[in-house]
Order: sequence, then C-alpha cells, then structure tokens
Amino acid sequence: MKEKDNTVYGHLRDKGYTRRDFMKFCGIMAAMMGLQKSGIAQIAEALETKPRVHVIWEHFQECTCCSESFVRASHPLVGKILLDLISLDYDDLLMAASGHPAEETKEGSMQENYGKYILCVEGTVPTGSYGYCTLGGKSALEEFNHAVEGAAAIIAWGNCASSGCVQAAYPNPTGAKPVHKLVHGKPVVNVQGCPPIADVMAGVIVYYITFGRLPELDNMGRPKMFYRDRIHDTCYRRAFYDAGLFVQSFDDENAKKGYCLYYMGCKGPNTFNSCGVMRWNDCISYPIQSGHPCIGCAEPGYFDQEPFYQHLPSVNGIGIEATADKIGAAATVATLAGVAIHAVVTNVQKRKLIKNEDEPVKNNEVDGN
Amino acid sequence: MEIKVVVDPVTRIEGHLRMEAVVRDGVITEAYSTGTMVRGIEIIVKDRDPRDVWAFVMRVCGVCTSMHGLASVRSIENALGIEIPYNAEMVRNIMLATLQSRDHLVHFYQLDALDWVDIVAALKADPAEASRIAQSLSPLNSSYSPWGENSPGYFSDVQRRVKKFVEANPKNNLFSTNRWCWGSKLYKLPPEVSLIGLAHYLQALEFQKEICKIQTIFGGKSPHPNYLVGGMACAINMQDPNAINMARLAFVKEIAEQVSRFANEVFLPDCLAIMAFYPEWAHIGGGLHNYLSYGDYPMNHYGDFGNCLQKQGIVMNRDLSHVEPFDAKRLDGLQEFVNNAWYKYSVGKDKGLHPSIGETVFDYTGPTSQFDWLPGDQPYSWIKTPRYMGHPMEVGPLARLAVNYASGNDMTIDITDRAVKQWSALTDKFNSRACGIDRNSLFSTAGRIIARAVDAVEAAEYMSICYNKLIDNIKAGDETMFNGSKWQPSTWPSDCMGFSLNEAPRGALAHYSHITHGKIANYQMVVPTTWNASPRDPANLRSAFEESIIGTPVAGFAPDSPEMALSIIRTLHSFDPCMACAVHLYDENGTVVHKIDINAQ
Repeated sequence: MKEKDNTVYGHLRDKGYTRRDFMKFCGIMAAMMGLQKSGIAQIAEALETKPRVHVIWEHFQECTCCSESFVRASHPLVGKILLDLISLDYDDLLMAASGHPAEETKEGSMQENYGKYILCVEGTVPTGSYGYCTLGGKSALEEFNHAVEGAAAIIAWGNCASSGCVQAAYPNPTGAKPVHKLVHGKPVVNVQGCPPIADVMAGVIVYYITFGRLPELDNMGRPKMFYRDRIHDTCYRRAFYDAGLFVQSFDDENAKKGYCLYYMGCKGPNTFNSCGVMRWNDCISYPIQSGHPCIGCAEPGYFDQEPFYQHLPSVNGIGIEATADKIGAAATVATLAGVAIHAVVTNVQKRKLIKNEDEPVKNNEVDGN
Repeated sequence: MEIKVVVDPVTRIEGHLRMEAVVRDGVITEAYSTGTMVRGIEIIVKDRDPRDVWAFVMRVCGVCTSMHGLASVRSIENALGIEIPYNAEMVRNIMLATLQSRDHLVHFYQLDALDWVDIVAALKADPAEASRIAQSLSPLNSSYSPWGENSPGYFSDVQRRVKKFVEANPKNNLFSTNRWCWGSKLYKLPPEVSLIGLAHYLQALEFQKEICKIQTIFGGKSPHPNYLVGGMACAINMQDPNAINMARLAFVKEIAEQVSRFANEVFLPDCLAIMAFYPEWAHIGGGLHNYLSYGDYPMNHYGDFGNCLQKQGIVMNRDLSHVEPFDAKRLDGLQEFVNNAWYKYSVGKDKGLHPSIGETVFDYTGPTSQFDWLPGDQPYSWIKTPRYMGHPMEVGPLARLAVNYASGNDMTIDITDRAVKQWSALTDKFNSRACGIDRNSLFSTAGRIIARAVDAVEAAEYMSICYNKLIDNIKAGDETMFNGSKWQPSTWPSDCMGFSLNEAPRGALAHYSHITHGKIANYQMVVPTTWNASPRDPANLRSAFEESIIGTPVAGFAPDSPEMALSIIRTLHSFDPCMACAVHLYDENGTVVHKIDINAQ
C-alpha cells in the first residue's frame, strides 16, 4: 500500500475522492482527448500505477494569464485534482516560500528529479539585454537554460511561450523569443491561446501522465487533440454562415439574433483552437457566443494581423494576392480565399433572404485600408 | 551592525519583484524596490488601430485581466468623443466589480494567507475547536456565522487530506513544508485558526472560478474577456437564446449573490480574526501618509466623476476630514520621474514630466551579468516614479477606503466603522488585553489587508446596484449595447487626445491616448503598482513599498533566512504587487517621445 501512495490514484483516494469520482475524472479526460472507451481504462491504469510527475513552472515575460486560466479549470474534479495530480514543486505564483528558500526548493527538485521533471514555461525570454528580465539576480535566459537542462520535456503555456504574443509583436522591443526558438533537442509542446483553455491545459498534462509520452503534435507543435480544427468548423454559428446570415454592425438586429460575425472581423476561419467545442469557464461561453469576433489569440503573430475588426480578405478587385503577401501565410490565404468565394456565392444565392447584405459589406471593405 | 538583505524572487505576486533592504540594529532602515522585467507594450501599440488597443494592453496583466481593456476603451472613447449606452456602462461596471471581488479573494487566500496561516500547525489542530471558533466568526451584521461548512467533520476532512498531501511529498512541495519557517514565533495563530484559514484557502480556490463566469457571460472568456470601443459586443435580446437574455442575466444574479455571501460571511470575518492575532502588525508597515483614488463605477456616463459610486480625490497626512481634488490635466500635477530608473529625459534626469509631455528614452545602466546587490545610489529599476504635486501617494484598497471615507461615502463609512469595531473587539479578546485598535490602525500592514476585504464587500454591493440598474433599464425598453456613430475612422478628428481614470483592484490607473489620422500616435499608462513600487524621486522621497518596509523589526534573523523574507513580504503582499502592470511601457531604443497636450482639448 505504501508504494501506491505515490501514484495519482493513491493520492486522490487519500484526499478523500471515491473510486467513482476517480473514474468520472478519467472519463472526462478520455472524452476531452477524443479517446475511445478503452481509453478510459488506459487513463485509469496509468493514474493508478505511475508515480506523480514533478513539475517546475517558470514565469518570464508574461502577464500570468496562463496560470490564471489554469486555476479556473472547469469541472470541479479537475480543478481540485490539478494541484495534486502533479507534484508542482516550484511555481513562484503559488508557492509558500519566497526569496532564498524558494530558490532552494527549485534547485532541490531539479537536482533530485534531473532528467525527469516537466518544465512548464509561461512567457517569453528576452534576448535583447541582460536586464530585461532577471530572477534572483540572474537573467531569464540563464534561468531558462538551467531549467531546460534537466527537463524531460517542456510545455510552453500560451501564446507567449509558444509564439511570442504581444511583446514579440512589431517591433519586439526586448527581443522576446518563444521557447521553441531557444531549445534544441528537447520535446516542446505549444499549448496555444491567450490564455489556453483551462481544460486543454489539464488535458495535456493528463495525457502525458497516462501515456508516458507527449501527445501527437501538428506541424506547429500543438497537440492535435485540441488544435486540429478551426474555430470556424466547430462554431455553433456556422449554420448562419452557411446560410449567408451575417452581423453587419455590432448590436444590429442580426447581432441580436446571433448571426455569423465574419464581417465583423472574426478570425475563426483561420484560428485552430477548441473554443467552439470546449468553451470557456465551465462551458459558459466563448468570445463568439458573447457577440465578439474571435481575434485569433491561438495563432502565431495574431497581434500583427490586426486590425481586428476588418474581415481579412480585402477583396478590392483582384486584391487577394496583395493581401496574401501582407499576411504572409499560405494557409491563411487558402482559407480566406475560400471564405470570400463562399460568401459571394452564398450572397448571390440568398440575395432575397439577406437583402441588407451588400452595403455594409462595402463599408467594411473600404474603410479598413 | 549593518546587514544587507535581498528577497528575490518575491513569490505569491504577479510578476518579478526584487527587494533589497539594509538592517541596522535589528530594524530595516533602508529599502530598495526593483521591477526586474520589461516588455515594451506601449511601443508596440503605436500606429495601431485605436479600436484594437484594448486587446494589446489587456495583455499587460492577466491577474487584473479586463482592467486595462476597460481603461483603454474608456480612454479611446474619451479621445473620440463617444458616449456609450447605459446598458454597456452597467455591464462594464458589473464586470469591474467581478474583477475586484475575485482579485481580492484570490489575493488574500492564495497569495497572502500563507504569510499568516501556519500550514504545518493546522495539521495538528483540534477540528472540533476549529469548528467552534469558525461558528463564532460572524459577519458584521450578525452574531453568529451563517456559513455552512463549519462542522468538526468538515475541518477534520480538510486536515486529513492536506496531511496526506504533505506526507506524500515531504521534500519539495507547494507549501514548502520543509523549507519555510512554519512553527516560527512569527506565526501566531492558534492551530485551530490556521486550520480555518487552510480550509478557506481550498474553498476560495474553488469559488474564485465561479466568480469569473460573469465576465465570461458578457466578454466570452476569462482571463482576457473582450471589450469594444463604443459599448459592449454582447447584444441584448430577451426573445432569443443567442444573446444576453433572462437566463444569462439570472446566472449573473446568482453568482453575484454568492459573491456577496462569500465576502460578507467568510472573507471579511477571516481577515478580521486573523489580523486580530497580530496586533503588532497594526503598527508596522504604514508607510506613506498620502492616499490617491480616482473613483469608479460611473452611473451616468464615464467621465462624469460626480456620478461615480466610488469617489475621487486625495487624502493628505491621513486626515480623513478633508479631501483634496485631483486634476488630471494639470501639467505640474501628475508627473513621472526617471532619476532612479533606467531611462533619461531631454530636460535632464532630475525633472519630472506630465504624461502628456512625457518622454521615454532608454538608459540601461544596470548589471550585465549575475548580480548580488544593486547599488541604491544608481538607477535600480524599470519603474518610473509617479508623483502628484511632488508628493508620493499610496494607491489601492486602503487609498480607496480613505478617500471614500473622507468624501462621505455612506457605504464605506458604515462598513469601515463596523469592521474596525469588530477588529478591535476580536483583538482585545484574543490577546486578553486592550490593544487600542481604532480607525487609525488601518494605516498599517494589517489595516491594508482589512481594507481590501472591506473593498471586496463593497464591490459585491456595487455589483448588485449595477445589476439592478441594468435590469431596470432593460425593463424600461432600452436594449441598446453599442453606439456605432463613431465606429468608422472617417468620422474621427485627424488629431485628438483622451484619457481615462480608473480604479483597478490595486488602485488608481490612468490611460492617456493620442490619436492622429486614425492611428495611435502615443499611448501611456500610469499604473497602480508603478505608484507603489517605484524607486526614490529626486527629493529622495520613497514610494509606498520602500517607505512601508522601513522600521520593520527583524532582530535575530539571518539575511537568507525564511523569517527575514517573511517579515519583508508580509508588508509587500499587503499591497498585492502586480509587477507586469508596473513595468509595461518601455522600449529598447527609447526613440519615442510622448507629447499629449491635455490642455489643448
């Protein structure tokens, strides 16, 4: 029995969770990760038998929104478990010790679990000057390299650590760099979003514990299980898009009916995230459901793709190519060209139904330039 | 004997803060507060569409998420002359109150409580006694605790679970059970009160995520909900499931009621009881004597500060009988200095500049390799030093309390007076002597923590007021949420300026914007923690952090000891530092020169 105490299950049981709670949690996790029914047993087995993973959580140039999202995990069980599922040895946001004793704790865990711990990184690392971010009198880069050394894998939380976010937007005054540009020869998972959805963060960690390896990643280092689909493809307003029913101005009659926000600048068509499926804060809502277009916060460089309220393909005559050059992302072009053509065709087909369509669209196209 | 002390990293705060102190004869006699991280967000928003800026500056901070977004849309609307619909104003107020309530709760339980609550001692407490004490910790309007989870079984369960957690993970864990000074004489709570604190730490961790659902309903997600220049994007339609309808509003109401309960029945009683065991901290950490608050919760339209539920002004010399006015446009009023920060000014490093004519020129002279001590006679921080008419000011919940008390805000006076009375009674009772706690005791480390709990109780009240106003207005037939008359850039003046004054959870927040030809020419933020955490000004006056640390007794503690760090962070945590906010503005090349002439408006 003594040995089992080190496992997640043993630990949870000690904390007063029942077998039923535990299996329910495994079921939620399996469903979230898109596993088949047998996957539940796999998760349960892993959590019952594997010792807890040690985690070092570092903060560099960031706003702490990732940690803030993390503590908002939706299902109560998940929220309760997360502080206990893993062994969070160092996190300067939550840990009790400060100053020297805090650094000792980190160093102690890193030495003891060398080669085994997961390094979670929140924020970018500045490369412009030594003084742009220091911790305990050492530069962020030194701290980062030191922590990377003994890490089994690195989880890059959020858009900062994955792709730079706001501080790396033009002109990137501090030379802020995301994790994958500073690490070689270690696995890096980019858990995108500003911040990522809490359950997605939990899901990535549970996957690692369950299978003993990182989840399958796409070509941008994101776990496919959460970032496979565009928000547009899973959006509950998609039906309005397909029917050619669009909001033309905030708070107009169409906005009050919850029509598609494409012409308000929605970046759902080229943003890969699970907002539409998982939704936020206990499935309460997501930006589009609350009437605001998606600003694409799970995509690299989204702050340099504003203006946010202009729909991306500025189809002025044959302007697609020019726009494409400016955006500089082939995938975006294909998507947007598709959207533009779809919109035109739909408009022609459903002109009667949506006779309020033409003029505002023109407005949108003209003044954004 | 003189010893040098460094606390870096200061944990359980947002961002990166370093504190250096000099100890003479067992007392801290000098203190240097350093912001050790920069990003340069003000430079990044330059030349962007003003309607987008809220999203950039919201990323200044994910803890007080939504605050900079709100401040930004207000500033842009002020520049462009946009008046937003009443419904949108109320929704923004509700979201602000949501932030205040949640932020204060998380700060006290998750970030501050472990400075006072002894986790290890809690594991040895008698659950039955804890239950008895918990039931006696009543809200201000009652003589018993109506809170449900107070049974001996409940406390025994919490104790058992945490015990197992610590035993399974004895060496390195989040509660630092083998590296922190648990059991030290600095921890004075009876084990049973520590157990109550620990139980509520866990309750608050669960409850905080409920509170932010209000922001998710109106803003789509939390952290970082969506705002909109001209109103809010969440349309109201009582006849449609795809908009803000009765079901959604009822959800908001439900959470608002829970928020009020938690603040009144758990948060404030806990703070009063815990601080009652630390009467000496009612005399430590007072710091400055001047308090600034901008006021918030506009009830007519933003900019009409006379109609704000929370009042604006300055209290000088802790004189609660008088409030001085604050003038945002006065060029010799609000000024920022860089004499001890890593920047320079064209007018000389010792001059102060109003944000409207401010300059940001990078001048990093700090260390370029690993360092132990930053010399205090040279610039030592990324934080500029704000002053009003040359005076350092404290901002935050205590400043809000002082200004609203002195302004005759009935709600503040009522709650404050009753809270102080209860604090005083509990202190006398727990220490078995007359401890002399009165209204002036609020100007201290303990008082600042209590002021935050009072602020949370008020925020819950403001949330309820604004919710009722919203419902009344919808009832009267107004479902408007957005004013699109100046949405198109073609309707904007070619050159305009604006500003907003806001009350963030951590205090007075100002955003200044300058728009030319439809783009941001300049954007400047003067942030609460910039006021509190800044380095010394040219007159060698300290800001709030440094001033408050001076005089802290630390006799017998080694420089690297947990006791030394604890003595320092207790006061720092009472401010709830937010370092990402404090240092958000500066660029590498420093080529940008700020020129906003507010008087030209």
